[in-house]
Amino acid sequence: MRRISIVFRREFSGYFATPLAAIFLVVFLFLASMFAFNIGGFFDRGQADLRPFFQFHPWLYLFLVPAISMRLWAEERRTGTIELIATLPLTMQDLVLGKFFAAWAFSGLALLLTVPMWWTVSFLGEPDHGVIVCSYLASWLTAGAFLAIGSAISSLTKNQVVAFVLCAATCFLLLLSGFSVVLDFFRSWAPNMVVEGLSAIGVLTHFDSMVRGVIDLRDVLYFASVIVAFLVINTAVIDWRKAA
Amino acid sequence: MATLIEAKDLRKRFGTIHAVDGVSLNVSAGEVLGFLGPNGAGKSTTMRMLTGFLEADSGSVQLAGIALDVDPLEARRRMGYLPEGAPAYPDMKVRDFLMFIAQARGFLGAEARRRVDEAVDRIHLQQVLGQSIETLSKGFKRRVGLAQAILHDPPVLILDEPTDGLDPNQKHEVRNLISEMGASQGKAIVLSTHILEEVEAVCTRAVIINKGKVVVDEAPQTLISRAPEGSGGSAMDVVFRSVTSGDLEEAGQ
Repeated sequence: MRRISIVFRREFSGYFATPLAAIFLVVFLFLASMFAFNIGGFFDRGQADLRPFFQFHPWLYLFLVPAISMRLWAEERRTGTIELIATLPLTMQDLVLGKFFAAWAFSGLALLLTVPMWWTVSFLGEPDHGVIVCSYLASWLTAGAFLAIGSAISSLTKNQVVAFVLCAATCFLLLLSGFSVVLDFFRSWAPNMVVEGLSAIGVLTHFDSMVRGVIDLRDVLYFASVIVAFLVINTAVIDWRKAA
Repeated sequence: MATLIEAKDLRKRFGTIHAVDGVSLNVSAGEVLGFLGPNGAGKSTTMRMLTGFLEADSGSVQLAGIALDVDPLEARRRMGYLPEGAPAYPDMKVRDFLMFIAQARGFLGAEARRRVDEAVDRIHLQQVLGQSIETLSKGFKRRVGLAQAILHDPPVLILDEPTDGLDPNQKHEVRNLISEMGASQGKAIVLSTHILEEVEAVCTRAVIINKGKVVVDEAPQTLISRAPEGSGGSAMDVVFRSVTSGDLEEAGQ
């Protein structure tokens, strides 16, 4: 635990050593509110809820999360610092978890800064606060799943651009596979099992049900297993080709 | 003298190239081993296997009595490592970077600060403590790398080109530091270098590696004495060329 927290602290403060943190937070807040107000019709709906705000988060994460995750390991490889940290008395799990939690906490911070949206709806009407808490959790879990995927992909390359593109593409596929258009396309010819499977691995299926305010253990388990699976892959990749 | 580094028959292949082809090394407490060889001879690869960064295809490494593959964390605790090029996080300030290393090495609070201060004192980094690493000159960057390698006072030190990029004064200082750590603190030190005089100046043993194999392993003085008389240039240069290029037959004895 202590070893993980040492890695965590270095990584987390690392975001603020460069303009990256500020740029990310500003862009996230700007886009999240722009989507909610302009496209989501936050005011026109005449409802005191945050659905129009949250429903775009997975799409925002699609390109914002790879921007955080691309450097996690690719940067260590490029600068050679991987040789330094891999020969410290830290295990690969310490490094993978410390880095992941730092990135996840950072995305959590970005979410936390959107709390004024919550105040706004509370001021304008009487929103269901349980649904909003649930939506925040859904959004944060989605970011976590994407970050775990991005971290694993970043460990495969020393080129950050490659890491960005591959992560965005993988997350996009994961988003698409829960989309009704895509499911319908498969439904016409693929066996039912495949369609069900695709819908089950799709992020949107689980995200939507949580944003509606239902905390189903299966949805939480879904996000947790995506995170764990990709972090295990991440650890294996780093262990296997440290020097590559 | 206790053997602190024990490497047995290390081998590493990259594709079809035998980068390291059966290297065995025993380094005792107080020994400073100079690791020489042409570029691509397998120096860095060997050092990476000694530190566990690269897994050897076959062979074994023991650091201060701990087998690297049995208890890697404990073995790493007993070793300080300066990787090739002295990598460090460019955005970090020198002090923060050294504190991170100290904490990662298990020192807490005041003890971590004391360790960092001590290393900073020994390597004379006071003037750059508040600077971020990317703004440092090559020499200072190298010295930061050296500071992180020694701050936990390990019995084993593996230094990949510790004096590369230093000016003559800094080189002199670092060489003194290395000799002192070997002779009076009884550490086992392996350092790689391209500078042959450095081996004469600080090392108690010279190992020349060529095409992944150890071709010379003896005291620097013995090595020099192998140069044929009147061969011109530095004696060490002549021997180095003769054993690594095959232009000359085995020199001297």
